[in-house]
Amino acid sequence: MNIKKAKEDVIHFIFLILGLIAVGSVLVITVYLVISGLPAIRQIGLAEFLFGTRWASTAAEPEYGILPFILTSIYGTAGAIIVGVPIGFFAAVYLAKMAPRKVCQVMELCIGVLAGIPSVVYGLVGMLILVPGIMNIFDVPDGASLLAAIVVLAVMILPSVINVSLTSLQAVPREYEEASLALGATSTETYFKVTVPAAKSGIFTAIVLGIGRAIGEAMAVMMVAGNVANMPSLFQSVRFLTTAVASEMSYSSGLQRQALFSIALVLFFFIMLINATLLVIKKRSQTV
Amino acid sequence: MKKILAIALVALCAAGFVFASGASETAQIVSTDGSTSMESVIGSLAEAYMNENPNVTVTYNPTGSGSGIAAVQEGRCDIGLSSRALHDDEVASGLTGTTLALDGIAIIVNNENPVSDLTLEQIAAMYTGEITNWSEVGGNDGQIVLIGREAGSGTRDGFESITGTEDLCQYRQELTSTGDVITTVSTNPNAIGYASLSAVSDSVKTLTVNGVAPSEETVLSGEYLVQRPFVMVTSSSEALSETAQAFFDYALSSEAAPIIAGAGAVPLN
Repeated sequence: MNIKKAKEDVIHFIFLILGLIAVGSVLVITVYLVISGLPAIRQIGLAEFLFGTRWASTAAEPEYGILPFILTSIYGTAGAIIVGVPIGFFAAVYLAKMAPRKVCQVMELCIGVLAGIPSVVYGLVGMLILVPGIMNIFDVPDGASLLAAIVVLAVMILPSVINVSLTSLQAVPREYEEASLALGATSTETYFKVTVPAAKSGIFTAIVLGIGRAIGEAMAVMMVAGNVANMPSLFQSVRFLTTAVASEMSYSSGLQRQALFSIALVLFFFIMLINATLLVIKKRSQTV
Repeated sequence: MKKILAIALVALCAAGFVFASGASETAQIVSTDGSTSMESVIGSLAEAYMNENPNVTVTYNPTGSGSGIAAVQEGRCDIGLSSRALHDDEVASGLTGTTLALDGIAIIVNNENPVSDLTLEQIAAMYTGEITNWSEVGGNDGQIVLIGREAGSGTRDGFESITGTEDLCQYRQELTSTGDVITTVSTNPNAIGYASLSAVSDSVKTLTVNGVAPSEETVLSGEYLVQRPFVMVTSSSEALSETAQAFFDYALSSEAAPIIAGAGAVPLN
């Protein structure tokens, strides 16, 4: 009996350690980012760092203003949400309620594949097809732009938006719909006036997850956005928070390197904000 | 049985540590410090040298040419690395520069672009935004799309210092690798970019500069202008340590030439 209990204890302990690895990683990353990100902010000045409009890290008189990156990340993410969420949402409604079984199976398979494509592949396709495409369609000198990044991000967030919305739509009790139909509503009315409101919190979760995915993406964006530290504009070459860190890290030194860590800290703060929002949504949906 | 095995393993590891640290105590170190553009050249030289001389460790600190020169002056490293020739005042202050290799930077445009020659002044004017249309330099009507590298890149640093456009370039795209620059130029008919000479392929058109096509010969003879020296900086008064001198001589030997060429530069010897 005792041996059995000891065995249980040992196993519990092992699982605790495994759990602590995840917690520990988060702690280590947070502490490291704060420690390595703060000195540059202190040296440059918080206001100048966050609201400075010029980034010239290797110039003779370096300037470290990251407002262009912050705004680009916000605009790019917002754009991806505006383009991607309606597509994803209606696709989810279709899959959950209207699609024939066969179509549903094929589409879900495709969405699974879409979710599994590595971001560098999105970037490559974007670079070779989308960027020249934008150049020709809109008759601009170069297609690498905020618009290209928004399109790539919109496609990249589709799988998570569709999957999470789909799950929440499917979880709406059948009785709600039956009641609505019995009262004489058409099925489309039922879906949009009964099912969708009932699945509201799941759909919000999907949107927030999409925001998280879009704001954190670096590789694909780096390949299509042009990476010049301009203030964001749809057809201009722009640099995101993520790409600002990734593109200069390899050769950076001194204050430039520290400033890159500070950018990462700002990005980390954004992600935290998104996670907090997600938590609030989940809490609320539980209490309702 | 398991316990014995565990103890044996621990003992083995400990022994490994002792021997490893023992070995590193006798290892000789050659420290180099400086230009980030020389990373691949010095990296491959160091690797080859350490393979032949396992008891020597060659370290490389990528800080930039200026810092490398300062490090030699202050005695913080054996060999400083500079991707520009030493200034007169630096030579006067007791430094010797030995050119290891030359680095040619090719100016590339799309294959559809009819322009095949530009002067250095035209290139500089394009990159600073004075010339904005290809028709101004004899090409088709089309806005010039300037492709460059990210801040901190050695190629960018080299290109901007040769053309005198430091911090003035109005890039349309800043890409993080030579390959990306070539791909982008190959997909945009109005693009112009720069890339290390050794990396350029048929997918883009390499321009002649002031009428000279870039090649190993024209870089060596100095006719091709978009080039810069890779210099090893040493103190004129203090002799190098025996180990550092051996590595220095190796880097200049004919044996090292193919390694330097493999790293994308034109060896002098």
